Formats: sequence, C-alpha cells, structure tokens
Amino acid sequence: MISKRIAAALAGATTVSLLLVACGDNGGQSPASSGDSVKSLTILDYYNNDPDKSLVQKGLDSCASKLGITIQRETVPGDTLIQKVLQQASSKTLPDVLMLDNPDVQQIAATGALAPLNDMGLNSDGVIQGMVDATSYEGKLYGLAPVTNTIALFYNKDMLAEAGVQPPKTWDELKAASKKLTKPGRYGIAFNANATYEGSWQFLPAMWTNGGDETDLTSPQVAEALQLWVDLVKSGSASKSVINWTQGDAKDQFAAGKAAMMVNGPWQIPALEKTPNVKWDVVTFPLNKPDQTPVAPLGGEAWTVPLNKDQAKQQKAADFVKCLNSDENELAWAKARFTLPTKTALLDQYATEVPSMKAFAEQVKTARARTGKLGDKWPDAAKVIYQAIQLALTGKASAQDAFKQASGG
Amino acid sequence: MVTLTRTTVAGRAKSRGRRHRGETLTKILFVLPAVVAMVALFGYPVVKNLLMSLQDYGLKTFFTGVAPWVGLKNYSTVVTDKLFSDAMVNTALFTVGSIAFQFAIGLGLALFFHKKFPLSGLLRSLLLLPWLLPLIVSSATWRSILEQDSGILNRSLMGLHLINDPVPWLNSPSVALIAVIGVNIWIGIPFNVTLLYSGLAEIPDELYEAGQLDGATGWRSFWYITWPNLRAVASVLLMLGVVYTIKVLDIILGLTGGGPANATQTLATQSYEKSFVDFRFGQGAALSNILIAISFVFAIFYLRGTRRAVDE
Repeated sequence: MISKRIAAALAGATTVSLLLVACGDNGGQSPASSGDSVKSLTILDYYNNDPDKSLVQKGLDSCASKLGITIQRETVPGDTLIQKVLQQASSKTLPDVLMLDNPDVQQIAATGALAPLNDMGLNSDGVIQGMVDATSYEGKLYGLAPVTNTIALFYNKDMLAEAGVQPPKTWDELKAASKKLTKPGRYGIAFNANATYEGSWQFLPAMWTNGGDETDLTSPQVAEALQLWVDLVKSGSASKSVINWTQGDAKDQFAAGKAAMMVNGPWQIPALEKTPNVKWDVVTFPLNKPDQTPVAPLGGEAWTVPLNKDQAKQQKAADFVKCLNSDENELAWAKARFTLPTKTALLDQYATEVPSMKAFAEQVKTARARTGKLGDKWPDAAKVIYQAIQLALTGKASAQDAFKQASGG
Repeated sequence: MVTLTRTTVAGRAKSRGRRHRGETLTKILFVLPAVVAMVALFGYPVVKNLLMSLQDYGLKTFFTGVAPWVGLKNYSTVVTDKLFSDAMVNTALFTVGSIAFQFAIGLGLALFFHKKFPLSGLLRSLLLLPWLLPLIVSSATWRSILEQDSGILNRSLMGLHLINDPVPWLNSPSVALIAVIGVNIWIGIPFNVTLLYSGLAEIPDELYEAGQLDGATGWRSFWYITWPNLRAVASVLLMLGVVYTIKVLDIILGLTGGGPANATQTLATQSYEKSFVDFRFGQGAALSNILIAISFVFAIFYLRGTRRAVDE
C-alpha cells in the first residue's frame, strides 16, 4: 500500500516536473544589460560547412575584437534558417545579429522584426544598386551584405578547344556550341531547371538579359528566354534531367566531364579545384541580341539586426554589422570565399587581383536583386517561373503558353 | 447501544470514505502522466492545427503573434486551388498502388518464407533492410538509380536490350508517379512480410493436416485454410497501410520534390509546400486537416473491424 502511494506520488511529481520543464524555456532570456557594458553578441547564420564556416568565423572574430566583445555564433543548414528564425521570433529569442539570404530580407523586414539601420549610423553609400534594392524595405535599410555572388557561364577549356568552339557570346552561338559539344556520354551544357526557387534563379540571366520582367511574366521576352531552355533540352544538348538537377548536380556533371559548359556561381570554385584535370574558365551569360547587356541575379547574404529592447545591445549589433561591411572585411571575405565585394569602388581592384572572378565582377555591376521590383511578393513570381519552366521542359505546354498556365490563367 | 453502533458505523463509513478518496487520488495520480502526455503531445497539436486552419497564419504571425480569424477561407482556397484535384488523384493512386503491390508481394514472400528451407532465416532478415534504412538515404539512393542517363536501372535495362531508349523515370510527368510508387512499394514490403509471416506462423499445423485428409492441398489449402485465418492480420495491415501511405512525404520530396511539372504532388507534399515554402501556415494546416480527416475515416473502419474481431 505504502509503495503504491509512493509510486503514485512519484507519478504525480514526474508530471509536475515535466510541466515545469515545458515552461522552463521562457526563463532562458538573458538579463538585459544596460549602458555600454555590452560584452557579447549572439549571431545566427547558415555557413555551417567548412571552409565557409571557418572563413566567416575569422571575419566575425576580427570585428569582435575590434569592438571589444565576445560573440556566440550559431550556424544552421541553409534550408532550415527561416524556420529557425520563425521559431526564435515566436519565442522572442532572436539573435542580436542575424544573417539572411538577400531575397528574404524584405520579407522578414515586412514582419517588423528588424531594426532599420539608417537610424543607427549605417548607410549604403557606394554599394551596388542591386544589393541596396534587396536589403531595403519601404525606403529604409535593413541589412548590409559585405559580399555577393551571381551566376555566369563556366566552360571546359579543353573540350571547347578540341571541338574548335569559341566561348559563346549570343544565344545562337550558345545553342550551336552546346550541340557541337554534345557526344555520347556528354552533354553540351548543364543547368538547373528544378521546381524550386533555385530553378527560377538560374533562369533569370536569360529572362532579364532579354528584357523580360517579373512584373509581366507573360511577355514575349520572357517566353523567348524560356524557349532557349526548351531548345537546349529538346535538341539533346542538355540532359532531360535538368528538371530535377540542383546547381550542385550541374557542378558534379561538369566536374565529371559529362557536361562541357554549365550555368553556375563562383561558390563552386573550391569544389572544382578538387578536379584539377578539368580546366575551366568563365564568361558572362550570352546575349540574345548583340546590343543587350547581361543582367544576372544577385546572390549573397545580408547581415541584419533584429529589433532589441536593449538599445545599447542593438546599437552594438549595428556597429558589428558596420564592421563586417568595412572595405577591409569585404575584400578579405571576397578573396577567401570566391565571392565579390558589394562596393562598386572595390570591384575593379578585386577583378585585377583575382582574375578567375573577372566575368562575375563584370556581371555583378549590372546585376539585379530578385526582390528589387516585387519586394516581399517575389516568392509568388519565382514560383510561377519555376512551374512554367517545368511545364515547358516536360512538353506539357509551349514556351508561349507555359507562363499563362503556371500563373493559373 | 443504538447510538454507539450508529457512531461506529458512521465512523467506519467515514474512514472507508477517506480510504476510498485516497484510492481515487492514487488512481488519478497514476493516470495523470499519461493524460498529460496525451494532451500535450496529441491534443494540443490537433487543436492548434484546427485553429490555425481557421486563421490567416503567415510569416508575420511569428513576429507579431497576430493571426486574424478567417473562418473557412483557407479551406475554400486550398480546395479551389488548381492543383488540389491533381493532388487528390495522385494521393489516391499513390496509396492504392502502393498498398496493392506491397500487400501482394509481401504475401507472396511471406508464403515463400513460411516453407522452411536452408538460410530462410538469414534471407528473411536481409529482407528487412529497406525498412532499416533512413528514408532520406533510400530516396537519395533511388534518385541516383533512376537517373535517366547514368542511372544503373536504365543502364542495366539497355545492356539487357530490354529497352532501346532510356526511360525518363523521374523526368517525365507520365512516368514519375509510377517510379515514386515503385520506390514506396520497395520500402513497404518488409513491413507487410513481417506481419503476414507472423500471421502465417499463428495458423496451427493441424488445420493443414486435417485439410489434407479432406483433399485441401495447394491452392485449395490457401483459399480455405490460410486466407480465412489470415484475414484479421490482413485487414489490420491494410488499414495501417492506408494510414501510413496516405501521408508519405519524405520519399516524394527526396525523389521528385512533387515534380516534374507537379506530376507527383500529393496532399501531403502540397501541405508541406503551403506551410514551409510559401509560409501560408493556415492553408497548410487546412490541407493537413483534410488529410487527417481522410485517415480518420480509415482509422474508424480499422477500429470497428478490430472490435468485431475481438467480439467474435
């Protein structure tokens, strides 16, 4: 009887302690510090793999020592960052400094979670317009990106030389070159046309260069760009699997010698360096008509400051973001991580110092932000784009009808 | 005397009442952990999901906590979505196709292994492998097997001259669903074999011996002895199969992500997409509630079926 009672009491106690544990999270907020006694900042980013992880850590550490603080950094896988941010937002545990992929900045800023940086002594002077567009919302600056990237056309030097093909400058040359470079076991070109935002991103150089615009996806210019993708796949110059490939898959095909060219970004360079027998170079994305200028989408991540009740801490976080965006750190990160500085003044200097990044440096100057025109409505357009690509490449719709069909018309 | 008796009776009654109350408290304390666990782990999410599906629960909600009440608007939005009917048909095809073949192949293998032969135990445990692999690993592996140009399946079929052109397993909207169902069948077979095998082991040998005397051998013994005795296990298996299969998400996401051109979108993938890609959590919740309602119908069939089996 007694033992039964004890057991019952234990069972009850367990329940109570379980409930206490469940409620315990709320007590996790660190006590507010006041004055300029800010000793440490918490940071969240998605550079969770080396070498990026440790290279970013270097920049963070040097800014921390300049400001005389310590940092507590947390890294999560890229595709879980937004979920993590939402979770932290609802439990009011957002970090002091938050990294966001640039197309997400406006969406998060629209929720009112971020502090405007203009009020804290930061500005976007000298930063390429595309990045300013991406990190501003309703006229205010919410983030600064030290480095950026974009996509261009990689080609295998040996394969082009062997086939007697020059790096293509126009779409016609691109199609002809891809066809000529295709032989059993090898495709002329690899790109990513999968049903994710990544597939839309890879399509943007063609769409924007041709004068297409996300505000009117049913325009003939956009259809013409889609026709380029369709032609490359239908002629057999690109694998039918492009509708499932990621950019990583495209790089694997290229590195394995199964594709002579690929549309990809400079973040693949460290991986390509592991296969030194593949000699490659990069050119800007080809043009449909010779009088066009290449317009590519801007990649890269911005550093933001979530709203904080503790003003001193918020200011310190803003100072930290400012430090990350110093010329010195921009160049250091750009060189070490195969990215590009975001200040126009630094781009030319950088391109001469790092010749392999020349084509990218050229494209970045004219590059546009995905959220530049539509702001936080961009994801809807991006979804229509990738669905239209899927419809056209699987033959369910012509390039002309695909966008109408994908947008539900 | 009378009063004395009365007081003793009353006193005894009182003490019995106290003991009774103590016993009730004990009972409650014992049940409490389970109740709290049920409420926290099952009750809360279900209720929250229902509420969420009636709210405009978006990205902003996480920061501001504001989720305006929209009634049934999320339901009407998802039901009138152009992909909804496709997703329903795909979900039905996926579920029926997976279960029919999982069950048929599982039954065949269970009967095969029921005949004891050398190494049958080892082979039967090897058969469990697909079940032991994490689904993400299985789907990534199958994705490379089914690759159109360099996948081992197309290479083998072409090497055997069974096909002339590579089959676009995951690249064609008309083939992708079949490929995805095929992979799901492969994953589901071990579960079916295991349960059916144990069902077969339960059937007493005497039945077969008696049946043999009456001339029930081969097909007849299966039809008149094995099948009737296996029916209870089979019905449980099929019901669980429906409930498990209808919500499959990871395999489809890993293989095709719902593509190409939405050819493999099911209610589960759509619900995931609405919530975690579009951040329209209200609509995602509405879709998942529809999914839960469908599973619930089958769960009721299952419960009634098992209750009848117990009553018998």
